[in-house]
Amino acid sequence: MKFTISWLKEHLDTKASLDEILDKLTMIGLEVEEVVNPAEKLGDFVVAKVVKTEPHPDADKLKLCHVDYGAKETMRVVCGAPNARTDLIGVYAKEGAYIPGGDFILKKANIRGVVSSGMLCSERELELSEEHEGIIELPASAEKKLGKPFAEVAGLDDPMIDVYITPNRPDCLGVRGIARDLAAAGLGRLKPPARPFSEKGLKTCPVKIELKFPKAEADACPVFAGRAIEGLKNGPSPEWMQIRLKAIGLRPINALVDVTNYISYDQGRPLHVYDIARLKGTVRARLGAKTGKPEEFTALDGNVYKAGPDMTVIADDNGVLGLGGVIGGEDSGATEQTTGVLIESAYFDPVRTAKTGRRTNIISDARFRFERGIDPQSVMPGLDYATDLILEICGGTATKAALAGSPPDPKHTIKFDCDQVERLTGVKLKTGEIKKILKDLGFKIDGKGEKVKVTAPSWRPDIDGAADLVEEVIRIAGIDRVEPEPLPRRHGVSRAVLTPGQIHTRRTRRVLAGRGLTEAVTWSFIDRDEAKLFGGGGDELELANPMSSEMSSMRPGLLPGLMSAAKRNEDRGRADVALFEIGQAYRGTEPDDQYNAASGIRTGSANVSGSGRHWDIESKDVDLFEVKADVSAVLESLGLNPGNIQITRDASTWFHPGRSGVFRLGPKIILAEFGEMHPATMSAMDIENKTVGFEIFLDNMPRGKRRSSRSKGALDISDLQSVTRDFAFILATDVDAGEVVRAARAAEKALISDINVFDIFEDESLGENRKSLGLEVTLQPRDKTLTDPEIEAIGERIVAKVAKATGGQLRG
Amino acid sequence: MGKAVLPSTSDLTTLETDILQEIAEAHDLNALENTRVAALGKKGRISALMKTLGQMAPEERKAFGQSVNKIKLTVSEALDMRKADLAHAAMSERLATERADITLPVRPGALNDGRIHPVSQVMDEITEIFADMGFSIAEGPEIETDDYNFTKLNIPKEHPARQEHDTFYLADRDDGTRLVLRTHTSPVQIRTMEANDPPIRVIAPGRVYRCDSDQTHTPMFHQVEGLVIDEDTHMGHLKWVLEEFAKSFFEIDNVEMRFRASHFPFTEPSMEVDIRYSKRGDELRIGEGDDWMEILGCGMVHPKVLEHVGYDPKKLQGFAFGVGIDRLAMLKYGMPDLRAFFAADLRWLKHYGFRTFDVPTLAGGLSS
Repeated sequence: MKFTISWLKEHLDTKASLDEILDKLTMIGLEVEEVVNPAEKLGDFVVAKVVKTEPHPDADKLKLCHVDYGAKETMRVVCGAPNARTDLIGVYAKEGAYIPGGDFILKKANIRGVVSSGMLCSERELELSEEHEGIIELPASAEKKLGKPFAEVAGLDDPMIDVYITPNRPDCLGVRGIARDLAAAGLGRLKPPARPFSEKGLKTCPVKIELKFPKAEADACPVFAGRAIEGLKNGPSPEWMQIRLKAIGLRPINALVDVTNYISYDQGRPLHVYDIARLKGTVRARLGAKTGKPEEFTALDGNVYKAGPDMTVIADDNGVLGLGGVIGGEDSGATEQTTGVLIESAYFDPVRTAKTGRRTNIISDARFRFERGIDPQSVMPGLDYATDLILEICGGTATKAALAGSPPDPKHTIKFDCDQVERLTGVKLKTGEIKKILKDLGFKIDGKGEKVKVTAPSWRPDIDGAADLVEEVIRIAGIDRVEPEPLPRRHGVSRAVLTPGQIHTRRTRRVLAGRGLTEAVTWSFIDRDEAKLFGGGGDELELANPMSSEMSSMRPGLLPGLMSAAKRNEDRGRADVALFEIGQAYRGTEPDDQYNAASGIRTGSANVSGSGRHWDIESKDVDLFEVKADVSAVLESLGLNPGNIQITRDASTWFHPGRSGVFRLGPKIILAEFGEMHPATMSAMDIENKTVGFEIFLDNMPRGKRRSSRSKGALDISDLQSVTRDFAFILATDVDAGEVVRAARAAEKALISDINVFDIFEDESLGENRKSLGLEVTLQPRDKTLTDPEIEAIGERIVAKVAKATGGQLRG
Repeated sequence: MGKAVLPSTSDLTTLETDILQEIAEAHDLNALENTRVAALGKKGRISALMKTLGQMAPEERKAFGQSVNKIKLTVSEALDMRKADLAHAAMSERLATERADITLPVRPGALNDGRIHPVSQVMDEITEIFADMGFSIAEGPEIETDDYNFTKLNIPKEHPARQEHDTFYLADRDDGTRLVLRTHTSPVQIRTMEANDPPIRVIAPGRVYRCDSDQTHTPMFHQVEGLVIDEDTHMGHLKWVLEEFAKSFFEIDNVEMRFRASHFPFTEPSMEVDIRYSKRGDELRIGEGDDWMEILGCGMVHPKVLEHVGYDPKKLQGFAFGVGIDRLAMLKYGMPDLRAFFAADLRWLKHYGFRTFDVPTLAGGLSS
């Protein structure tokens, strides 16, 4: 909402400075977004008079002007403007002045052998208009102001303020509403309405006005007032009005249109004028036709719109003229030739207006106001104000007003206990101050003392409860009067505020970063094709209005985003990428389908020991064991023993089928997947470097039961020396080490404390499809030292168990 | 048996001189050991002398025995010293050959390679501060119903406030309802109150979505919501909590905040909060200067919101606030462009990210 200081002062009697006004606006909830003083860039320009002209000795079209700008000496200026002449009062810029229209600094110039000091300016040079035919001519009265700043003399020294109006304050979409707020906040006095209009019309309005709605939808437009003015002469609006409209960025069109725009911004009251000669029969507000072909009309913006059956239209006997509260029609609008008008002042329902606006995508000042809810009681005052201005500017004769329906009167009367101000804000205000603030804002107060009945003014549709009144009081009284008060501690000592799941998430993040992975945050929406590669891309997870097609599908997991990120880094020359992310992914749209995952990828040689070549560390491509270790580190940190967790080979299809695995607790609970990415996934994602990845399902992690004691329990260690024995088995290559270890462990449950795979190799000497697996078995005696025969016996049992379970034979 | 010739005192002196000479001349530990055996071994020269003692007269024996013992002691000491000298020389010689190139580069290790994203770090910092004030952490889904994201927060359908949210929608469902990507973390207020009895004191950090994109707006960003509900919490408490938070978070005492009236459908009264700052070059200084930057919105929870979750607004009241986490991170750590947060460019992540052991703690001053 834009306005100028002089416009504000039309409604507000104030001595406050610009800064005070700006500060107060912002503090009471009318946030100042921009202040522009057009005089600032015109500071170098002064009023001056051409006292004498001589022809230029060397050029026919140039004149040598002697310019008096209020200083002792006159300046000699070479000027080519056709209107440059003796006695002209114009605008002069000295050497060194900045010329905004040309974006240059004025220097002394030698024009065809004559020195020219300064310049007489055109409107374009001052960025006032595109006018450049001649130099500015000021009225003769300006002669008394030679040397005075031009901006001041021309009334341009009027700062424009742009405030952000929150959706609850339609009353402040008019300058008067803003003035009322400022007055209540102590910045002056609200002036009485400037134009008390009295009905002068004697003739009945020649156009019949009618509301025609089904009963259930009568609230679409409960009141419609009109008045005709005939015998008028349209033309440009007066200069004062044009200056104000231009100052807030509106283009003056003609007096009739400008009057409605002016009142829209002055009072927050949208109006419309119809050329009465173009109306046929009765003008009625109704809904768009429900049956038959949709009604069409050409709007003021030049576009053709269809009026839907839910939209409020204004129509005459020929059809739709415009959309009520949104936009008028091109054919029935006021033009320079218009000699008679019908002024429309109505109330359109905010919800229906908003829907119509959204559906047609029309953005207009009228829609903006009606959908926020204008003052229903402004129908007649608005009509009268417009009548008055049009009669003054365009002449003509006004008829009586025609009125259909009556304004809605949703009386917002609230029982209010003044104590509620202190209860909600903590600030103790005197009852008198509370009541004064409310009264200044237009509220009506019934009753005496603390407990009263408060009725909101008709222009405040947002007020419907005591909390609203408290807000009015505290914002006007000043939020800076609220004193900070410590929030009392709820518990004696601090205690955990994170859930076990949140603790898991935080720990996982630090563990992964500790393994050299860098945390990324990637978009939650990805390309649909990529989503499909990772088991997603279903219709229910598609955005209806994505930013772009690459950001349209809610991600089924975190790996696609990380792989795209790796690809982008790869394209920048980073071959070794180790990234992880923790966040939500989506199997469906229900809250339970949105799960928390921690995923990571490693590409190229981004091993935990570092990446790239090193004099002491062999550089090798990442493999699945690198990410198995990542997952294991996380599981371990969350209190699990990864060595004891079941691993199966059924990882998702985007992993390499032979080089991937799943950590699981039983058939249902999947803790994590890890492995090399499937070659097909790699080529679909266009990634060259070898890539391994994992996804950890954080929600599936068992939540350890909180024990009553934090004690770690006694340390149980044996004084007896442990014994290690090595075994090398020859096995078929497709026998997994896990099976062998499991078989060996089963041979002696009590004494075997650890089995370590220390060696694995394949060699022709072992036979085709055979491999050798070396196990280091640690035996921890509990009661007595083991004798050699005992150890021997355990060894034999291990060999037998392994042979039985896997077919493995002890290597000779 | 003939009478043995008994050694004289001068013989002893010669013997001592000879042995000491040999010790001095032993050039390695082997030679020294040979010398020792030749002198003190069972068949050694000194041992041989001891054997002659038995043939001496008692008075002679005593004096001679003392002399021999003295030589034995002197020789032993000389052997020990020589042994130490030789060991030392051998060690010096060995060490002289054992020289490493200490300028060769090493890898500081994974612990220093990885990084925590600034958004996570700042979330941890925020959590630390509010945990100290007794807040717990609440969470909610990012795909929300219209009801939770808007209606229950007192933003009815067709309300102009909805247009300001630039909402992402999912496809229409069979029952005609529409799901949205939550446009703010405020739905977690509703979910928390529905699931818990008062008093409530929570924060809810998380991702939120708006279809908007420029240097300071991205279609995805992060917020943290705060909610306190009990019987007597008022705006003074709200102001205190936010001021304490800002001081702790920015780690400076003179953070100046400006509370000004505003409007949110789910709070009443509503406020926006600015902090004082100045800009020097690219660097923002919090707490000084003449400019104000908006950092959060807040207010007293609207009675209708309380009613929607079955709380009695006559008995219960409290406040809520919402802060942009990314914005806070930019202010504190000086990132110029929000879009880079989500580009996963390793160069950016390495520069603005945090090491794994940089765990924010109040005891450690959050970021130090």
